[in-house]
Parts: sequence; C-alpha cells; structure tokens
Amino acid sequence: MTSLAFDQVRVEYSKRTAVAAFTDTVKPGEWLCIIGPNGAGKSSLLRAIAGVVPHSGRILVDGSPLTARSSRRRAQLIAYVPQSPVLPSGMTGAEYVLLGRNPFVTHFGRESELDHSMVDDVIERLDLAGLATRDVDTLSGGERQRLVIARAIAQEAPILLLDEPTAALDIGHQQQALELVDTLRLEHGLTVVSSMHDLTLAGIYSDRLVLIHEGHTVASGIARDVLNASVLAEFYGANVRVHHDEDGTIVVVPSKREALK
Amino acid sequence: MSMRGASQWWIPGAVVALACSLLLGVMIGPAGPTWWRVPLELLNRLPLLSIDSGLTETQWAIVWQIRAPRVVLAALVGSTLSIAGASYQGVFRNPLVDPYLLGVAAGAGLGATIVITVNRSSTSSWIIDPLPLIAFSGGLIAVLVTYLVGTTGKGERSSISLVLAGVAVTSLATAAQTFLLQRNSDVIRQVYSWILGRLSSATWSDVRLVVPYVVFSTVVLLLHRRLLDVLRVGDEEATALGVNVSRVRLVVVIAATLGTASVVAVSGLIGFVGIIVPHAVRLVVGTSYRLVLPISLLFGAAFLILADIPGRVLDNPAETPIGVVTAFLGAPFFLLILRTRKNER
Repeated sequence: MTSLAFDQVRVEYSKRTAVAAFTDTVKPGEWLCIIGPNGAGKSSLLRAIAGVVPHSGRILVDGSPLTARSSRRRAQLIAYVPQSPVLPSGMTGAEYVLLGRNPFVTHFGRESELDHSMVDDVIERLDLAGLATRDVDTLSGGERQRLVIARAIAQEAPILLLDEPTAALDIGHQQQALELVDTLRLEHGLTVVSSMHDLTLAGIYSDRLVLIHEGHTVASGIARDVLNASVLAEFYGANVRVHHDEDGTIVVVPSKREALK
Repeated sequence: MSMRGASQWWIPGAVVALACSLLLGVMIGPAGPTWWRVPLELLNRLPLLSIDSGLTETQWAIVWQIRAPRVVLAALVGSTLSIAGASYQGVFRNPLVDPYLLGVAAGAGLGATIVITVNRSSTSSWIIDPLPLIAFSGGLIAVLVTYLVGTTGKGERSSISLVLAGVAVTSLATAAQTFLLQRNSDVIRQVYSWILGRLSSATWSDVRLVVPYVVFSTVVLLLHRRLLDVLRVGDEEATALGVNVSRVRLVVVIAATLGTASVVAVSGLIGFVGIIVPHAVRLVVGTSYRLVLPISLLFGAAFLILADIPGRVLDNPAETPIGVVTAFLGAPFFLLILRTRKNER
C-alpha cells in the first residue's frame, strides 16, 4: 500500500490560481474524496497528481516527490480516470484496456503475453467479457465507465485517481461503479483519491472528505464533520438538509426555498 | 488482440500484393521485350538458375536501367508518403492531415522554383544535381520555421498552433513562389511539371539519394506504431499513461518530415497518396496503428507503382503527370471502399 502526501501544492493556469497551497496526507489504503463547488479546483488537483498539469510545491508518493520520477514510472504508481475520458472510435474494449499496460512496455517494445493475460484477467474479473470485442464507440455510458476503470486497474498502480467517476451515470450505475472501486480498493489495497459532486455518495464511500473552495481547503475530516448544513450553505450556496440515518449514513438532501419558511 | 485471428493475414497479403505490383511494373512499358519474357529473365539472373528468356542485352538494359529504378522509386515514394501521412494523422489526431501539412511541399516547391529560375537550362547534367538538394532543404527549412513558430503553447493547444503555423508558412512560401513565377513567366511550364510530380526520369542515383532517408524515416515511424495507438486517447490521458507526448510528437514529425522531404525532392509533389492510402487502409483493416502503419507502407508502395503504369503506356511519349493519375485512379477507388464499407456497418 502506498501513501500520498501533499505539501503546499499549487496549480496555476497562466494567471489564475486553481489550487492554492494544498496540504494533506492520504494514508495507505485510504479513500479520500475531494468535494467542493464547480471551479473549486478539484479536477486541477487530480490532474496535478496525474502529472497532466504542472504544479509547484511537492506531491510525495511514499515519501519521494513525483517530479523526480519519469512519466513512465509515475504512471506505474498512479492511474487516472478523467472526468470525460476519450474512447477512440474503432478500438475494441480489449484494446482499450490494454492501453493501461503502457507504463510497463518499453518505448519501442510490444506488450508481452503477460500483459495480454493480465488484461484478459481484468476483463474477466470486472465481468466485461461482452465488451472485449466490441467497438468502444457503441458502448453505453455505464459500460464506458466500467471499461475506463478496467483500464486503470490493468495499470496495476497502487494509487487510483477518479475525477467525477459517476457524473454521467444513473443512480444504479453510480452505485455499481463505486462498489466496484471499493471492492478493488480492498482487494488490491489501493489508495483512492476521487472528486465527487454527489455528497451523499461521497460520504458513504470515502474514508475522509476534503472540501475545497476557490482553491483553498476549507473543511477536512470524516463525513459527519464536513457534511453539515451551514458549511454546505456557505460554500455551495445551497439550501440543504442533512439527515443522520441510524446506520451512520449522512444523507444530504436539497430543500426547496419555500420549504424553509 | 486484433493482431490475433484473421487480421494476421493482412501483412503477408500486402507483401504479396506489393511483389505482384513490382513485377507488373517491370513487365509493362511502351518499349522493350514482350512482357512474359521479363519474369523469366529475372529468374535467370538469380544465382543457381539458368533459364533462356530470349532477352537481348538492350532489352535487359531497358528493363534494368529504365523500368526498374522507376518502379523502385515509385515504391519508395508511395510507401513514404503513405506511412508519413498515417503518422501525421496519428500525432495530430486529425484525419484531414496530409504529409505536406507543415509546409514541406511549399518549401520544396519554392526551393525548386528558385533553382529553375536561377538556372534556366537543365541542371540534370551537373555533377551533383542541385534541384533535389535545394528542394529537400527548402522543405526542411519550411518545417523548421513552422515548428519554431508553432510550438509556444502547451499540450493540446500546441498541436493546433503547429498546424496553423504550417498553414501560414505554406501560404508564405507559395506567395514567394508565385511572385518568382510572375517575374519569370518563361519557366512556369518547367516549374509546373515539377510540382505535378514525375517519376519518368528516375534513375538508380535518385533511388540511392532517397534510400537512407526513407529507411530511417520508415524504421522510426514503425517503431512508434504502438505509441500512436496510445496517443489516440488524447494528450492528457496519454501523459497519465506514461507517454512523453511532446517528445513522441517531435520525433514522429521529424521522421515523417525527413522522409517526405526526401521523396518530394526527387519526385515532386504527388498529392492524394498520403491522405487517401491510410484512410482506405483504415476502412479495410481497422483503426489500430499497429496495422495501419505497415499496411499503409505496403499498399502505398503498390498503389503508386500501379498508378504509374497507365501514365507511361497511354499517353506515350507525352507522359501524364503521376499526381494526376493518382487522383484519377485513387478517388473513385476510395469512394468505392467508403461506400461498400459504410453499407457493411
């Protein structure tokens, strides 16, 4: 299991600061969920960890800074599922999952039999056999999402980043995708960092929440502490009621303005 | 995965098609021996075999000194333009891109125009013909300018600004060329026939001139075919998958440009091949670059050899420019594939 630490991480786009001085430590095997309103800097933080956008400050994987590693080595440690992944038309499901093996293939090399059997194995375990030979262009939103997660699993990286993994899915598929991630996390001892809009789901699946607003961390802790109505009202500008179910689940329900009167 | 199963026959099939085209290319011509004697003589020339083909020394000279270099050059030009086109389409993730995108053609055209205007008589009798060398340099300089101007942005944006810079450099070089031609209208015909492309004057020395660049370019591009597949998910995801995207793009562009510039220098501008061959191949074998690159290479070579045959037989001795023939033959052929494949899906 692998830990992930942030020390004063900043992400800047030309003049705009997307993430300002983010500091946190994600324990090995922990699921950290980044929440916050649109434009708060959730995606930017994940993109910085994935090495897609440059950052200042330090992102440490098991104590050593990410920037000291080659992009190949970084991809062996961190798998990234973007918010809207590109699934190239004409590619089959199996070919797509095979892309996850790229960090283990030498620059000019080809995938080994081991890579192929690894991919077959992931496809079987995620119950995607029906998608393996299909053109990814013909898949539904839920099927695409499972395939992208399969690609990330084939990458065998100990850290999994998920940017809005449920954004395009209905409630059943949302649950399926998150259950899948959770199962895989426990099986493989993955450290997971995700961003999420659905606060109830965020509270259910993650171990800890960090609320960021305009690039700054404004609240951090377990769901019970972060998800309270006044905090959410302040940073989301939302009227919500927060229920505490008997089993400990925190349910965030939007309420119509009239209902408050 | 797609390499398993029926698709494993594509490469051997394409090799056979290319071999047949090569043979057909040396068998057919306006002058020389009866067609069926040529393969017999070729067998006779192999070690340990002795077959009486009835070819005279003069006839053999026609086959070996006139037809063979032309056929080999056509193969090199066709394969290079096709694989370069497919690679450019891959690194820019744009199906409309052709190998002349970054200004190679316009730069080479300007170079050739300068040589022809400065030296009105033919330069082919010189010890070293300056025309291909200057055209080659012109092409490379144009792409270099495109690259220096076009790579200021980051990631996705840089590939767009690179393409736009290519458009600007192309316009600039074309404008300079037009200006030169306006001032020297007596050489328009000469320049025009260079631009339309020709293989007719091909000699073994032309072949020797381009072979090093073509081999280098082809090997480098083939080595990148797996990475071109990874790039299909976009710059960001490819980066997250551990690909150094800007370095891969730079290397592929350099290799494709070097190959293109060298073949343009000896054959002029043969349009259409670099964009149509890769697309026809994609329609037939699928979109994976692992197959698209080698099959484009083989079919591109076969296509240009075959396209060169009617030009030299039909219109003898006037010679229809090869660029015209490729479009005439290629366009209907491509439309046919496009239609039949669409109906299948």
